[in-house]
Amino acid sequence: MKRSTRVLLSLMLIIVIYIFVYFSELHMDPFIKRILNTGLIYAILAVSLNLINGFTGQFSLGHAGFMAIGAYTSALLYMSPETKMSNFFMIPLISPLDRIQIPFFWALIIGGLMAAGAGFIVGAPCLRVRGDYLAIVTYGFSEIIRSLFNNLQNITNGPLGLKGLPTYTNLWWTVSWTIVTIIVIKRIVDSSYGRALKAIRDDEVAAENLGINLFKHKVLAFVVGAFFAGVAGGLLGSLLMTIDPNSFSILFTYQIIMIILLGGLGNITGSVVVGIGFAFLMEWLRFVEMPMHIFGIEIPGILGMRMLIFSVLLMLTILFFRQGIFGQREFSWEGVAKLFQKRKVKE
Amino acid sequence: MGWSLFMQHLVNAISLGFVFGLVAVGYALVYGVVKLVNFAHGDVFMMAAYFMFYASVLFGFPWLAAVIFGVVMTALLGVGIEKVAYRPLRKYPRINSLVSSIGMSFLLQNFAVVVFGGIQRSFPVPEMMRKTIILGEVRIQAVSIYTIVFSILMVLLLTFILQKTKIGLAMRILSTDFDTARLMGINVDNTISFTFALGSALAAVSAVFYALRYPQIFPFMGQYPGSRAFIAAVVGGIGSIKGALIGGFLLGMLTVLLPAAFPEYSGYREALIFALLVIVLVFKPNGLFGQEAGEKA
Repeated sequence: MKRSTRVLLSLMLIIVIYIFVYFSELHMDPFIKRILNTGLIYAILAVSLNLINGFTGQFSLGHAGFMAIGAYTSALLYMSPETKMSNFFMIPLISPLDRIQIPFFWALIIGGLMAAGAGFIVGAPCLRVRGDYLAIVTYGFSEIIRSLFNNLQNITNGPLGLKGLPTYTNLWWTVSWTIVTIIVIKRIVDSSYGRALKAIRDDEVAAENLGINLFKHKVLAFVVGAFFAGVAGGLLGSLLMTIDPNSFSILFTYQIIMIILLGGLGNITGSVVVGIGFAFLMEWLRFVEMPMHIFGIEIPGILGMRMLIFSVLLMLTILFFRQGIFGQREFSWEGVAKLFQKRKVKE
Repeated sequence: MGWSLFMQHLVNAISLGFVFGLVAVGYALVYGVVKLVNFAHGDVFMMAAYFMFYASVLFGFPWLAAVIFGVVMTALLGVGIEKVAYRPLRKYPRINSLVSSIGMSFLLQNFAVVVFGGIQRSFPVPEMMRKTIILGEVRIQAVSIYTIVFSILMVLLLTFILQKTKIGLAMRILSTDFDTARLMGINVDNTISFTFALGSALAAVSAVFYALRYPQIFPFMGQYPGSRAFIAAVVGGIGSIKGALIGGFLLGMLTVLLPAAFPEYSGYREALIFALLVIVLVFKPNGLFGQEAGEKA
């Protein structure tokens, strides 16, 4: 298949998606829309973490920290001065931040850039620590961020968090950012940078001997991954309308890691599909926490049941489907074409 | 800070340091033998507290019997976790086991929420542990003294097992060279099971002292001491028993003395402790007391 055909098909798919978005914004049930938004944010997070963990093989546990930076930076920029006043009643917000308000888009970009800066700081020590040691360093980083945000009351409002954030996030925003994330990361992965990243993942020493600059490539993965995590954090903050430091704990990172494991490490299609599916699954699983009537017997709902079911599913995946659901199979137009050809032969 | 107040804080810090240290030894033992950072260790600690709680409150065991029951159950749980979650992944890259231990931690926490309930429960504290010992102007909780004495006994016992028994020898050999150990006729699976049993039992013992000190138990109680002990193990040089104990002390001191000396900055304690972790790992990846290895991968 020619490159131009592929690009054309992708463009058509994007247009179809946007038509879908247009109609869903008008007619879709707000509840479903909200889950879909959450799912798309999970997809952005999963694809961006996949660049670090899956393609570069740098096992990072710092994604919640990047998200927190993005969420807080953008929230402090797009909130109106009045909302800020009502939020910061204990200790006032420091000087320039309490007056500025900028459009949502630029707030997201700046949030992403701040997270990318943090990604650079975290990515830089990658050269010295590897494997589980890197996991520990990144985990430490996200805990440091959480602790700082709990204490810097004149910037983050401490453990009270920020409330009453304006809801800008809708399907237009989340779908667009998901598409941008997929395109950017797909382009990186398919470029010479991407091949270098995969070489680092497969054998670091050999990659270095072939002249790959380890520092540059690892840091690149961290910076790009952190940027999109920051943007996703900003989108999530505006969707939930409230953020507090403790919601960005290590548990959040674990959830994203589960998504990329279920989708297959280093598989963008898997990350997107499982990310969206995860949001719906978690909502759907709420039924197990509700009281049920089966054959006239009332079973009381048990709180926390859905997380237990989820963690059992996760362990089963880790133990029996190490490749994830999708393995190495990615979505491609060639694959779709093949699908149709096979059917024709059968007919 | 006066002298007597300082002494009180110091005793407090030492006993807390022993609690962290014993949990950290669990991390170090497991890391030493299977080279796995067992993220589920803190939750094994939590399960130990619940075992003892139920043995004592629900089944009416006497306190000491409940504790022994809890230690045995926790050791079995540790062995079970290894069998189910780590053994099948042993032949795959190590990152698989790491992820599996994260998943196990998640599973244990959610299991505890569903089965034990999310509310806090009070851990039974026997009368003799409630006392406060007064030495001149220094007031010390009896539980701190018990913690220190029993922890020293545990460390001596552990040293004996590691240095003088056959299984301890097997553990030490496994930590140096897996394949050679197998060639020498060491039963690798049994030795690893024993390592997990020993580490979990130590976690259970420290869970007793932790729960006596903070008698509220809840499904997420393992996270805080777990992460502290984990930092202690890493800072001390993961895989080294001595390092884990010294790391535990260091963490105990930081946790107690830092807010006592600078109350206005006590909120930044977490950030500081994690910063210590990151700095040690980046500049001295083998920890302060770890052995020099060729490459940390």
